Amino acid sequence: MTMALEMNKLDTNKKVGLFLVSAIVLAVLPFVVGGLLGNSWLRIIDFALLYVMLALGLNIVVGFAGLLDLGFIAFYAVGAYTFALLGSPHFGIHLPFYITIPLGALVAAFFGILLGTPVLRLKGDYLAIVTLGFGEIVRIFMNNLNAPINITNGPQGINLIDPVKVGGLSFGKSLEIAGHSFNSVYLYYYFFLALTVLVVIMAWRLQHSRIGRAWVAMREDSIAAAAMGLNIRNIKLLAFSLGALSGGVAGGLFASFQGFISPESFGLLESVMILAMIVLGGMGHIPGVILGAVVLTVAPEVLRDVIGPLQMHTFGRMLIDPENARMLIFGLALVVMMLLRPEGMWPSKRRKAEFDDAKKG
Amino acid sequence: MAHALLKIEGINKRFGGLHALNNVGLTINKGEIYGLIGPNGAGKTTLFNVLTGLYQPDEGTFTFDGQDLFRAKPHVVVGTGIARTFQNIRLFGEMTALENVMVGRHIRSKANALGAILRDRKTMAEEKAIEAKAWELLAYVGITDVAQERARNLSYGHQRRLEIARALATEPKLLALDEPAAGMNPSETEDLKVLMEKIRKDGVTVLLIEHDVKLMMGLCDRIAVLDYGKKIAEGVPEVVRKDPKVIEAYLGAAHA
Repeated sequence: MTMALEMNKLDTNKKVGLFLVSAIVLAVLPFVVGGLLGNSWLRIIDFALLYVMLALGLNIVVGFAGLLDLGFIAFYAVGAYTFALLGSPHFGIHLPFYITIPLGALVAAFFGILLGTPVLRLKGDYLAIVTLGFGEIVRIFMNNLNAPINITNGPQGINLIDPVKVGGLSFGKSLEIAGHSFNSVYLYYYFFLALTVLVVIMAWRLQHSRIGRAWVAMREDSIAAAAMGLNIRNIKLLAFSLGALSGGVAGGLFASFQGFISPESFGLLESVMILAMIVLGGMGHIPGVILGAVVLTVAPEVLRDVIGPLQMHTFGRMLIDPENARMLIFGLALVVMMLLRPEGMWPSKRRKAEFDDAKKG
Repeated sequence: MAHALLKIEGINKRFGGLHALNNVGLTINKGEIYGLIGPNGAGKTTLFNVLTGLYQPDEGTFTFDGQDLFRAKPHVVVGTGIARTFQNIRLFGEMTALENVMVGRHIRSKANALGAILRDRKTMAEEKAIEAKAWELLAYVGITDVAQERARNLSYGHQRRLEIARALATEPKLLALDEPAAGMNPSETEDLKVLMEKIRKDGVTVLLIEHDVKLMMGLCDRIAVLDYGKKIAEGVPEVVRKDPKVIEAYLGAAHA
């Protein structure tokens, strides 16, 4: 579908209305969540935004370009470590966020090319295995680069990472306005939201461009794409590096938000979760991917809060340890979802049609 | 004197023990319709893949429009002006017909990732031009009515035409068609013939592989015949048709 046609589908009034409503909802959301449920829930929403950025980044690689990447968390790690090393007492360097976050994004993009170059000829299962290895290599490096020269501080991780500071305002402290105290999760919410919106715009515009078309063509038939004059190498590397770029941004934000990072945060399970967000949400479809990221971040936390009390209420005692039950239900929900709606919760029209055709045989 | 557009000499291609192309040389002149025929397994498609950069030849020379294309990558080949279609249609099935043609414009447009994200005036103007050109080409091959259909849902004849439109979008000097009439009925074949003559009239040289010998005899200016990876004949259709080696290759020694 071409840009102009897609835009015209909703008439302008509806579009403006939709935009205003979502803007208002997103603007007041932290006060509703923070006020009703408390700061810990707002913190989860902040994390959901980070995962939206990560999922949108991976979606460029997997959803748009069709390259299965099981090591995506490595770019998150690279962004996080770049931020941490240049903004913490570890080296005594304290660069401001507006340098470290773009720098982390660029370093991550460079790592994207570093991963992309050797795997240019691989696809499918083989590509998945190599990317999985790459993700683990990055994590193991972070774990062991504390000797002979201590760069990453090994498994202890890096502590006391600088919070984001704008002018005199530090996002790490609560903000006092008119006698009300707002926890740092409020400030980070708006900061993350702004960057998430930028990542969404970036992904959407890329998808509906010459580059986005080239990715789809390559995904559909890479030989025909090459025969039509597409430089497959460049197009693949572009997907890897642009995907890594958003991963790197999210990583920098994560480091400043947490104030502490260690290699433990960047394991294989994280890569798998981000992939699950895309598949569950609707691969290649930006609204679906956002939904998938939010649901998969928030659902396990909701289950954590609900399962214990629910068991006590129904059975009068704990039958299953809430932590185990939570992952059990979560896993079961994923399986059921994939059986009933393999195309995802909110697939693109194109993908939906693909699955409908497959069902018809 | 005709002007040579494409020239190959001594092209060899081996797959393990199979000598798929054995010292093949040929010259295609500007503005002609050049046919390539031969029994199944003669090496026609292999030669096609060599000429479009999908296979790298083992030895030989390959020049096109004054440029050396020996072992050039497919996108370089397309860039210098050779475009192709496939024997077993290879469209981007989930994209619309229009989008398929727009992909063909890729090599003739420039917008990079930054332009795509910033949507500056130049990028938007280019995008508009890409779309306009794609519509124009769909009209040229006569399938504007299915522009917004997904390619995989098109009828066979429409898919063939769409492949030609997509190839033309790359602004080729030489259009290479691999069995475009395969599976077509006589009236569709006749339409295709008209289209190919139109393409040639508009200044594009055409290279054609085809089994339909009757179509080839009526359409091509010159024909080369491949058999077991060797070129056994080349020339105007009337001469090639009477060549004993050609008759032997097609019908067996008894008829020669």
